[in-house]
Amino acid sequence: MSTPWKTGTDDDFVVRTTAWSAPGCHPVGCGVKLHIKDGKLVGVEGDEESPITHGRLCVRCLALDEYLYHPDRILYPMKRAKEDRGKDKFERITWDEAFDTIVDWVTKTREKYGYQGVAVMGGTGREATLFYPVLSYAVLQTPNCGTPLSGASCYGPRCTVTNYLMGAGYPEIDHAAYFPDRYDNPEFEVPEYIIIWGKTPLESNADGFFGHAITDMMKRGTKIITVDPRVTWLGSRAEYNLQVRPGTDAALGLAMINLIIEEDLYDHEFVENWTYGFDELKERVKEYTVERAADITWIPKEKIIAATRAFAKAKNASIQWGVAVDQMSNGLQMGQTILDLAALTGNIDNPGGITLAPKASLTGKWRYETIRWVNPELVQNRIGNDVYPANRSALTNLLADPYLEALETDQPYAVRLMWINSCNPYACPGAVPERWHDAFLRMDYVIVQEAFMTPAAMGLADLLLPVSTYPERDGIVLPHFGRNSPMVGAMNKVIAIGEAKSDFEICLTLGRRLNPEAWPWETVQEFLDFQLVPNAGFTFEELREKVYHQPHYEYYKYKKGLCRADREPGFETVTGLFELRSLQFEAWGDDPLPYFMEPQYSPNSTPELYEEFPLVLTTGGRKITSFHSEHRQIPSLREIDPWPIVQINPVDAEKYGIVDGGWVGIENQFGKCRQKAEVTPTIMPGVIHACHAWWYPEQDQTEPNQGGYKKSNINMLMPHFHVGPLYVGAPYKCLLCKVYPVQGLEE
Amino acid sequence: MSKQGLLIDYEYCSGCHSCEVACRKELGLSVGEWGIKIATIGPWQHDDESWEWNHIPIPTKLCDLCADRVAQGKKPACVHHCLAFCMEYGTVEELSKKMEEKGTKVFMVLP
Repeated sequence: MSTPWKTGTDDDFVVRTTAWSAPGCHPVGCGVKLHIKDGKLVGVEGDEESPITHGRLCVRCLALDEYLYHPDRILYPMKRAKEDRGKDKFERITWDEAFDTIVDWVTKTREKYGYQGVAVMGGTGREATLFYPVLSYAVLQTPNCGTPLSGASCYGPRCTVTNYLMGAGYPEIDHAAYFPDRYDNPEFEVPEYIIIWGKTPLESNADGFFGHAITDMMKRGTKIITVDPRVTWLGSRAEYNLQVRPGTDAALGLAMINLIIEEDLYDHEFVENWTYGFDELKERVKEYTVERAADITWIPKEKIIAATRAFAKAKNASIQWGVAVDQMSNGLQMGQTILDLAALTGNIDNPGGITLAPKASLTGKWRYETIRWVNPELVQNRIGNDVYPANRSALTNLLADPYLEALETDQPYAVRLMWINSCNPYACPGAVPERWHDAFLRMDYVIVQEAFMTPAAMGLADLLLPVSTYPERDGIVLPHFGRNSPMVGAMNKVIAIGEAKSDFEICLTLGRRLNPEAWPWETVQEFLDFQLVPNAGFTFEELREKVYHQPHYEYYKYKKGLCRADREPGFETVTGLFELRSLQFEAWGDDPLPYFMEPQYSPNSTPELYEEFPLVLTTGGRKITSFHSEHRQIPSLREIDPWPIVQINPVDAEKYGIVDGGWVGIENQFGKCRQKAEVTPTIMPGVIHACHAWWYPEQDQTEPNQGGYKKSNINMLMPHFHVGPLYVGAPYKCLLCKVYPVQGLEE
Repeated sequence: MSKQGLLIDYEYCSGCHSCEVACRKELGLSVGEWGIKIATIGPWQHDDESWEWNHIPIPTKLCDLCADRVAQGKKPACVHHCLAFCMEYGTVEELSKKMEEKGTKVFMVLP
């Protein structure tokens, strides 16, 4: 019998709940007990009854009080005159005034520019990931819904390739999370090996995976192989570290496939019965010998061979891929090789392999379906669709690079009303920060929906809407946004601070005014019941009581007719098989087989440029103290990671006069910024790794400084529109640069 | 009465800092004050290419082993929240036995 969700008295009580941003995080749904006294949060403790986290919490939830009650939080709707953008001249208003103003602006923008004159820009990971598409489609009825991330280079590419090859949701490591008794469940077997490929799961907890499940499994015998330019802490405990030259992972994947086929280490049963295109793949990978891969990737040949054999000979093994897959223009093919490796070794839907789930579920499914509220002609002619037709079916968002150009030029049509929802576009994801900043300033009206004052909020907002944190709202946590959810968690409202509303509450109120047909629910609970009752069989109140729900997991679904809509055995693809040769890739005009392509700027593709910029630049490794550009103002977290860090090998540090802890100028043909050096042997020679999304809340937030968003922003060195053949994938992780010592942060 | 201490399995301490922040909140400390703090050895590489890289949480004089929590039947805040579950609380005798069972990369600390 579990502890009741709420215990104590009316003014002194503890509530069990699950966490999802804000504070910024992925939908892991960590179990939290919040102690509220006289209306104030006085204690945070991990819930030991959580089947996912068992009482553990990371520093971001432990420092929750510093976030909730921080003076930079936005707690009330505020307006500001357009001519005062960038100045601290906000005026508090009521929600009624805010909603009336929005309705006015939407109406007059539609009259003049059509429904497509309105646009939504959404941030990642937070609950907004589910609701900014809904805001766009079901409330504002505009097709212009996107993020500022060039090449859609986060998560989307991995989902796309999974969809093409195996017609499934997100392929996550089996960490027994579907089972209440977890690792002790008799059906589960710990993976003998896990390849961690381009990811730091302990720090990122990405997309709904509780990172330290990896250490849990290591204690139970799992061995680790990493593929990463850095030896991470996890790598220091790994059996093999394949330190790959950033952007060349597909060459490694191809050579591993080749070796597995050559040495007959593949799973014949799986390949013969459940895959399509094996012979063509076998032919293709012959080009990629281990010697050639070693030459391309800078990984010693012996290490590639040893790691490949260990992985392929394991009884069961899993692979976890990270955002590195998405952040190169060859990323879809890199992803293709990784899924192929799992398939060839039969590590799909088996105990301790990769879990297989439907493409979407619950609110994660509903958000896509809301596209029906947008005029289909507008959806078909969405910005970028003419150049990248694959987007019509594969991605639900419009494409950031053509989106930016449209905002700058009013072509193919003018966008005049911009709604930025939980996104810090030019201090965080935007590849060309200054261009995004200037493009937004062209808008007639900008709404910013945020939890904190950010460069975008201060720089742009004509109307500022406060977003609630998880203790301030009812809702559900859906790991992997419904693409593979081993648990559904209740977010139980316990507290009210100011007048912040959840993304859903804002959608609901405004939806009922602008598009009432799409919004039949009167309350949040009615909506949650609409989601939960038919799909999961219980109400929100019932979920609230038990806090966590774990659906049953069935292994080998593809053998049992549980993957396809027609209930035949196999996968939900055109051939009904796992497609080693992808018909979808072919249909969209790309090679159906995986291939390697050098990064646009690299020692091999641009040798002359490499003389001027002699280091490979990779970016964006995660820190546990922040979620992208969030948390920079939280004292306990900033104390742990006070500055943006660029990691450089001692050999390169000596060559370029860089000292540990000193400030470094990082520069290439696109721009420059400054970060502090960490001289460390863990980063491979010839490569530097720089942190992303740094700005300084302690500095002047108003124009022109805006929290110094350009000073340490590594995206100042990113190019615009350097994407993969099917649009997805941009080189955030593989460019060239030079470094030099500088005196400090300021020029 | 036997003395109590903390067992640290530093094979698995990932340096996540949860112990530090959990402790600060439990003891009501300010930024800059620590009841426990992580010290880091390495990273450097041995001749056989293996890595020496260990995080080791060390309690300060402010640590009272969460006497209040323990009195309520709870674990100390650091032990409870440790993401890698690499800390344990117990008597010197209990922890000594566990250290012997673990055999390597483990130590005990009495604050």
